[in-house]
Amino acid sequence: MEKLKTLSDFKELKERLDAGREPDRPTIIIPAGTCGQASGANDLIRAAKREIIARELSEKVRLVITGCHGFCQMEPSVLVEPARTFYPRVDTKGMARIVEAVAQGKVVEELLFLDPATGKRIEKQDDMPFFKKQARTILARSERVDPIRLYHYFESGGYSSLVKVLEKGNRAWVIEEIKASGLRGRGGAGFPTGLKWELLAKQTNGKGKFLVCNADEGDPGAYMDRSVLEGNPHSIIEGMIIGAYGTGATEGVVYVRTEYPLAIKHLRIALRQAREFGLLGENILGSGFSFDIQLVKGAGAFVCGEETALMRSVEGKMGEPRQRPPFPTERGIQGKPTAINNVETWANVPIIFTEGAKAFAKVGTKGNSGTKIFSLVGKVQNTGLVEVPMGITIGEIVQEIGAGPSGKAPIKAVQTGGPSGGCIPAAKFSLPIDYESLTQAGSIMGSGGMIVMDERTCMVDVAKYFTNFLKDESCGKCFTCRKGTQRMWEILDDISRGKGTLAHLDLLQELGEVVKDTTMCQLGQTAPNPVLSTLKYFRDEYLEHIQKKRCPAGVCKDLILYSISQKCTGCLACIKSCPSEAITGKAKEVHVIDAKKCIKCGACLAVCKYDAVVVT
Amino acid sequence: MIKLTINGLEVSVEKGTTLLEAAQFLGFPIPTLCHMEGLSPYGACRLCVVEIGEGPRAKLVSSCTYPVEEGLKVRTASSRVVRARKMVLELLLASCPQSKVIQDLASAHEVRQQRFRQEHEDCILCGLCVRMCEEQMMAKAIGFRGRGKNRSLGTPFDIKSEVCRLCGGCIYVCPACQLRCTYTDPEKAICGGCANLSPPCLEKEKFDDMMCYMAPCVACEIKKD
Repeated sequence: MEKLKTLSDFKELKERLDAGREPDRPTIIIPAGTCGQASGANDLIRAAKREIIARELSEKVRLVITGCHGFCQMEPSVLVEPARTFYPRVDTKGMARIVEAVAQGKVVEELLFLDPATGKRIEKQDDMPFFKKQARTILARSERVDPIRLYHYFESGGYSSLVKVLEKGNRAWVIEEIKASGLRGRGGAGFPTGLKWELLAKQTNGKGKFLVCNADEGDPGAYMDRSVLEGNPHSIIEGMIIGAYGTGATEGVVYVRTEYPLAIKHLRIALRQAREFGLLGENILGSGFSFDIQLVKGAGAFVCGEETALMRSVEGKMGEPRQRPPFPTERGIQGKPTAINNVETWANVPIIFTEGAKAFAKVGTKGNSGTKIFSLVGKVQNTGLVEVPMGITIGEIVQEIGAGPSGKAPIKAVQTGGPSGGCIPAAKFSLPIDYESLTQAGSIMGSGGMIVMDERTCMVDVAKYFTNFLKDESCGKCFTCRKGTQRMWEILDDISRGKGTLAHLDLLQELGEVVKDTTMCQLGQTAPNPVLSTLKYFRDEYLEHIQKKRCPAGVCKDLILYSISQKCTGCLACIKSCPSEAITGKAKEVHVIDAKKCIKCGACLAVCKYDAVVVT
Repeated sequence: MIKLTINGLEVSVEKGTTLLEAAQFLGFPIPTLCHMEGLSPYGACRLCVVEIGEGPRAKLVSSCTYPVEEGLKVRTASSRVVRARKMVLELLLASCPQSKVIQDLASAHEVRQQRFRQEHEDCILCGLCVRMCEEQMMAKAIGFRGRGKNRSLGTPFDIKSEVCRLCGGCIYVCPACQLRCTYTDPEKAICGGCANLSPPCLEKEKFDDMMCYMAPCVACEIKKD
């Protein structure tokens, strides 16, 4: 580990690494982010290592362990380069066969991905419907890089953007490039990053400036930032160093939530490596500019993702937002000017300097350039992380990349932006994904969560779930947010129990609008979005709960009844599965559910092979 | 000096003035609950909201915390503001109906009923007592803990405060409980100053020659005299 003291030191090292590279050597890549490890990637890694050693292939076949690639539905998966062969849901036996095949340059047909739409096997990752329409600028880098091996990052072009910036030696140029690229904050609000950096650069109090990476990804169901932090932490570090050079920042902070232990581990390793190599610290690569980054862990509060609350949390105080003005770029952490950007925004910075601002701006639409990573989850066949160019329509993501509904029920709506977002009905799926269209439709881009819902999802229940989350996570400082979310939840709870009245709907609308108007921070201002958007697009479901005391999707427990139809063959399976012993019946006789004992858990519905359990 | 327009009237004030101060200078009434002259503004009650800006970008902000800006257009009683104030008062009545201050504010704004489930809380978490203790009495004995519905006021770890001088300032400024100390319910006592008058070690007289390993409490201090 020699410290790189000058730009030429770096170039020498890069030349040495490039000379030793063998791009055609067969490489087995196993994604082992948190999702991969949870589905058994560690066993695959062990099996692969065993096979390679047993067959004496260490010189011939390379094994690389990376972070998450995005197709979480199919993990643990294996990718073989340079052929780009994709193997989904591999087990240890399959791993052994794959190693053998790779050594011989062959492909294991039976283990390839089977496309349910065509019934055919697909060999290459790029031909699969999930990957075809994606524009994987950030995630592609995660495919090539072992997050804890700095040399991998160098080899795949890492830190060459920083070298380019330092060579040019013009701080103002950095900001002009970011402005020209049109990059907008990927944390949710979409504020032009170039403008934010320009405001920070203008501050000249001489006492120091902060740059913060907001890695407190609190939205339930969102894990895009986690995959970048686990899979490519150096891209964030490089982005921040470039940002510090352009804005004159002196200190950096990565605020990461404690619930991401693997991301914290990889960040710590990456920061240590960067310091040892002289990429962080005093006189970076001989340029005369100094910058270091410290890691601050969150403590389990969703509200600390809000920038003013985050700054208070970094200072060691309770995470409470405050009114802006004054904005963080004027007065932030410890009173010093601070610019806060999301993980994905930082990950885009080195890419802008590698490709050039103009090329970056070509992807996407006018005013919305670049790509965005979405976490596509819910009742859709292909779930995982998808990176798409801005401007792609919701329908394309759900129907083509996601391959349509996962169950028999058709897709009803999509919830974007996490708990602060709204629901967009299927009729509007031709809307392009960009900041303005989504806001006009009543939702927000947010950090990129996209939850697909079908006819068996109750929209009242969805609004109640998100309002409950926000009620628990509200910091409680301002009265309307704390009490407003609580009262909205109470009304939704009454409606879902069949105790709602029509007056409740008007009250909910009025309360939602006042909460939106009067609260201090974005948590409160966007808290009514799930309620208001479902009221706007799915009012009929609310009316059915209120007027007919019925839940059409069969979800709200107080309004549904589980019963067994004549299709029952008397197999006794549901009787065994029932946790409250509510089902009675003898073998080969139609079983009966006692409604008084039934807790509507759905175990019988899941177990019945004859479609005999009916929910009304 | 900064020039701005409030309800159509131009006014010129010093930099650093808040919208609330500027409006009150002109004589426009703005209701407040968590604001008190002499204490720093907090912005918790949301009653003092006013509308700023124009067109689709107009928004409501709390006037007690917003500093004046050159050319700003402010409306203290637009329909959006009045609707918001009425709803906030409804929510206040729904939580803390027994407070006279809240009742007076509600009737002044013609809010006579509330449409939510009734609660009877002692504290609206306006923070006046915290700021009084910290800024005027320089003691910082009480503060906020918890988040959302678990947010409460009290001493660190609910231990009797060593810095509380029992001045009663917190009780004096409270709009909700008003001159009623909550000690009768030990879980809700703020400083617990009156709580420790009965010593935890009742038999201290019998064991006078032995060393007490607990932290010195009020009873021991009293015993010394």
